[in-house]
Amino acid sequence: MSAKTLLLGTRKGLVVYRKKKSGWRFDRDHFLGIPVSIAASDPRSGTWWAMQDNGHWGVKLQRSQNEGKTWIEVTAPKYPEGEEVKAGAPATLKYIWAFSTGGADQDGRIYIGTDPGGLFVSDDNGDTFELNRGLWDVPERKEQWFGGGRGDPGIHSIIVDPEDDRHIYVGISCAGVYETKDGGKSWQHRNKGLSSYFMPNPTADVGHDPHRVVMCPGDPAKMWQQNHVSIYRTVNGGASWKDVSQKKGPAKFGFAVAVDEDDGNTAWVIPGIKDEYRVAVDHALCVCRTEDGGKTWKKLTKGLPQQASYDLVYRHALDIDGDTLAFGTTTGNLYMSDNRGNKWQCLNNNLPMVYSCEFV
Amino acid sequence: MPTVHFTPALKRFRPDLKTIEVIAATVSEVVMGIEANYPGLSAYLVEDNGALRQHVNIFINDTFIRDRKRLSDRVSAGDEVHVIQALSGG
Repeated sequence: MSAKTLLLGTRKGLVVYRKKKSGWRFDRDHFLGIPVSIAASDPRSGTWWAMQDNGHWGVKLQRSQNEGKTWIEVTAPKYPEGEEVKAGAPATLKYIWAFSTGGADQDGRIYIGTDPGGLFVSDDNGDTFELNRGLWDVPERKEQWFGGGRGDPGIHSIIVDPEDDRHIYVGISCAGVYETKDGGKSWQHRNKGLSSYFMPNPTADVGHDPHRVVMCPGDPAKMWQQNHVSIYRTVNGGASWKDVSQKKGPAKFGFAVAVDEDDGNTAWVIPGIKDEYRVAVDHALCVCRTEDGGKTWKKLTKGLPQQASYDLVYRHALDIDGDTLAFGTTTGNLYMSDNRGNKWQCLNNNLPMVYSCEFV
Repeated sequence: MPTVHFTPALKRFRPDLKTIEVIAATVSEVVMGIEANYPGLSAYLVEDNGALRQHVNIFINDTFIRDRKRLSDRVSAGDEVHVIQALSGG
């Protein structure tokens, strides 16, 4: 069944779009004025989630079991007393940067990824959280994890294997990809093949900067990452990664990546100019799609601004539902395509900065 | 008992918020008293480790508290404690 609702986490609240007979229409907002780093839904229960970066008052977590009619603030995860990011630097929750539900048969299990690098787990639908010790206690964390876009390391991607809920990946900026096969008791870094020019040893085991990591649900061994340096793909569950970015062409730097639900060879990225610029390439917004595992990329521009564009798409602000894709940009534009990106329709030019975009 | 006054900005999150009296000898105990009256509210004021959030201020009468980390400033019966927000951003 195709999605009928789109949740946007924005700098000024959670924005809801609904699919009507006439097309996708603005429905309403929630938490007006409060930044929502991620808005998400739990397909098992229909619960909506809003991760708030509530300025003066700290990070908050809101849950709704009636599609936003009412919300309940649940206690946000807390780092245990005495935990440190680095020696002498106490660990406190700064930002919620990732959300995932557990497996289909793990009722009430959810995961929260945070800055400064802790993965939190709940088995009671968010009533209580516990820090995952297995990942937090990897011996290299204090020495080899470091901040990327944010001051401290942050978990932005959490992927639960649809075929095995004890098999989980996380993406961390900056550390790289980690994998557990035992439900989070032990974790191994999976960064072979990545090369990061900003490190003294570019091919070190740890210290890489995946901006976003996604898995093909229908072919879980095939995963993609839009990395700070390049676009990488694995066909063996992260045992090794291959650079599949364009040597000449825009598909290289960016934040967001989406993969087809069944075909692990088909993926979309939204390029930007790297590092200190972070705007659309040549002031022209484009989406790039590959259908052959990254050997070739097609630049898709129909319906997207091709001049005077400063749009950038953040890591959680692109989503896919069948043949439909949607993304929101840093300049408040919302685009949707119902034909795999061949043609785009602008739904709004006047939104706040968009942090996340998710079909329900 | 010290009296605790709250910035109106917090009313958005706790519409039932009123000036309260708490039994406390330190600011840390004031925060505990706030939590006892309004469960969950202390997380709006302090970090996980108990330190005052960067953009939150607490006055005892008309003086800023000095110890923002451990909240050890002493309070007395009759003190007026004010919980306010810093103004910042655009």
